[in-house]
Amino acid sequence: MLEIDGSTSSRHQPSAGGVVVSADADSSPGNGWTHRHLLDVDQLSRRELERFLELAAEMRERRQQHEQLHLLDGEVVGLAFGEPSTRTRVSFELAATAVGAQVVGLPIEASSMTKGESLVDTLRTLERTGVTMVILRHPMSGAPYLAARSTGLRIVNAGDGSHAHPTQALLDALTLRDALGDLDGKKVAIVGDIAHSRVARSNLHALTALGASVWLAGPPAWIRGFAAWPQVHVADRLEEALDEADAVMALRIQLEREAGGDMPSLREYIVRWGLDTKRMALARRGAPLLHPGPTNEGVEVTAELAASSQSLIGAQVANGVATRMAVLALLAA
Amino acid sequence: MSRFGSLGDPPATFGILGVRVPDPRDGTDRVGDLAVIDGRLVDPGQLPAEAERIDGDGLVVAPGLCDLHTHLREPGMEGAETLETGTRAAAHGGYTTVCAMPNTDPPLDEPARVAFVLDRAHSAAARVRVVAAATRGREGERMTDIGELASMGIAGFSDDGQAIASGRMARGLLAYLAPLGLPLIEHAEDPTLAAGAVMRAGPVATRLGLAGWPVSAELAIIERDIQLAEETGGWVHITHLSTAAGLEAIRRAKDRGVHVTCDVTPHHLAMTDAWVAGDRRFAWEEPTGVGADPFGTPLDPELAYDAACRVNPPLSSHSDALALLGGVADGTIDAIATDHAPHPIERKAVEIAAAAPGMIGLETALSLGLAAVAAGCLPLGRLLNAVGSGPAALIDEERSLENGAVADLVLFDPNATWRVEAGSLASASSNTPLLGRELPGVVRLTVAGGRITYRDAVLVLA
Repeated sequence: MLEIDGSTSSRHQPSAGGVVVSADADSSPGNGWTHRHLLDVDQLSRRELERFLELAAEMRERRQQHEQLHLLDGEVVGLAFGEPSTRTRVSFELAATAVGAQVVGLPIEASSMTKGESLVDTLRTLERTGVTMVILRHPMSGAPYLAARSTGLRIVNAGDGSHAHPTQALLDALTLRDALGDLDGKKVAIVGDIAHSRVARSNLHALTALGASVWLAGPPAWIRGFAAWPQVHVADRLEEALDEADAVMALRIQLEREAGGDMPSLREYIVRWGLDTKRMALARRGAPLLHPGPTNEGVEVTAELAASSQSLIGAQVANGVATRMAVLALLAA
Repeated sequence: MSRFGSLGDPPATFGILGVRVPDPRDGTDRVGDLAVIDGRLVDPGQLPAEAERIDGDGLVVAPGLCDLHTHLREPGMEGAETLETGTRAAAHGGYTTVCAMPNTDPPLDEPARVAFVLDRAHSAAARVRVVAAATRGREGERMTDIGELASMGIAGFSDDGQAIASGRMARGLLAYLAPLGLPLIEHAEDPTLAAGAVMRAGPVATRLGLAGWPVSAELAIIERDIQLAEETGGWVHITHLSTAAGLEAIRRAKDRGVHVTCDVTPHHLAMTDAWVAGDRRFAWEEPTGVGADPFGTPLDPELAYDAACRVNPPLSSHSDALALLGGVADGTIDAIATDHAPHPIERKAVEIAAAAPGMIGLETALSLGLAAVAAGCLPLGRLLNAVGSGPAALIDEERSLENGAVADLVLFDPNATWRVEAGSLASASSNTPLLGRELPGVVRLTVAGGRITYRDAVLVLA
């Protein structure tokens, strides 16, 4: 399934303009979409989120049928990644190709006070070459907002610092909806380093907007600040968060955080917050496990749990491409 | 056409008729005439018939403003500001004195470097006093030649930009300065607690995913320095106070007679940490949007993460800003000081975490103060004291509108408004989140040491 790319001829006749901009104006996914950029999930209403998930599911279906879409024909999409990332980058590249865009890669760096070209200069240069949309991954929170207001480019945030990773939250929502149906009233536990996680923040926006309540567990320094977030609960103990949870999400631990004074050691993290099949038994039977990847196996989750039927880590990766196709289609519409 | 004068100009002769004269010292507020002959205030009856007479109707006259904390950037960072542009910005804002901070390149840590600045300031548009570095190279290791520098008319000593990290060094400085009667001006910030911070810790920082600066970063140094001042008999001045907790510590220390003074910036009074998330409501307005609901409000792409809002110390919480306004109103806070920190565009048109901290303030300080007065949270007299005679007294400068005194005053229209734009600012830089904003309070005339240093095009003659 992941082998598909733009050069693969589709089995279906590509319809002009594709299915997205369909004759039925009311069900057209582009209809009512007013956002020029995707900077975070916070900009989407519950209705927009639900419609988005429908479109992403539709994209997934078309992709499974090896349909080449032409929604972004003639558009050049820039992949500006200022941080090493394999899976997000590949996922976006496949998505852009699947909707007909041409993709150019562009290594960027965070602006430096002492040397080099600033982010804005780099993006303006890219804009002059005919790129219309940029998928931006950046180590500093807020960089996509600067890019959006300083250039004429449409910006897709592919992860900014500790702030947001909207396409990850959207693909997580799609994955959870597949497993649980409507998320309204569901309990989702998120375990790990919430404070430094862009995945967690965007998920908090998406999950609470869809009606779920979220329980956070991890070392106090990583969860404490979120207590005032509506529909979010900060758990003193892991068990409290896992208890009767409808779904559990583990976050990647940056191994170097041991030195930061936030927690004693990786070993102690595993003892107190590492997820295994026994702890997962506290959640509802069969509750799905998600992880944005890449996992440190044996740290956030045991290898056994990651490979179990509860784990939807593989489905998340597969949903990533369809989710990003939907994002690109909506921004191009 | 507005025009700037300088301290090198001949002394002025003019009159102001029917102008409001609030006296912050005795609380009186009257309307009267004012006359200046050859730079000195005289009885209005003595004004020669040919002298220019300004119609003071609707205007307020007050002692010249005095800024305890100004970054003039010269030498070394002339792309951001110079003595000429910085003092013109001062005159445009109604200031007649500015205290130049020593974190230039090279720093003002040697008598020759201080002399360079003082010499070049002779014909500036405002008096320039120098705050000298407390330690050589501002490295916190060895004291500067404090006695020799003190004899040059220094306003105080500071490693501003950072605190004196070593408690032992801070103690030594306070003890050494005590008999000289000069303050250690402390940028109160524990470097370990503040490491990596981009904005104030709290719900907004949590929402934005920006590293937070906790209240303890400021309080730890304030509490330490208060105790050191008490032990040594020295004078510590806490500059750019930004927390209610720090204010309370200072209030208690003052009550028990410790020699501690402090200032607050106009932006810590008027703006809050929600500004980093795109809020633009003043602290005295009812919070809405991201200021009221930091987690549930969508960010405004045009304003969120604006590097213009990055300052150090970072913009305070809403409750802290209100507490600081209260501190100015009740006199616990001795002065409003701008921490005017010009930066060129390239240091600010970047990701907020990569941006240089600081914003300009000389030209907007009086306006922000008048907006607070208009909002009813600060009496006009208290404001004028906090920007004028209060800080002037701390650096041994006289401010008087009595006949016989050298004319040193500002004439402003508290009700007229102006738009903050790069083109309307005399500063060489325009790094302020107030750009584009209409503010109350227009300076019509600034007179420093008897010389007209700024005169607005709109000046009605009687």
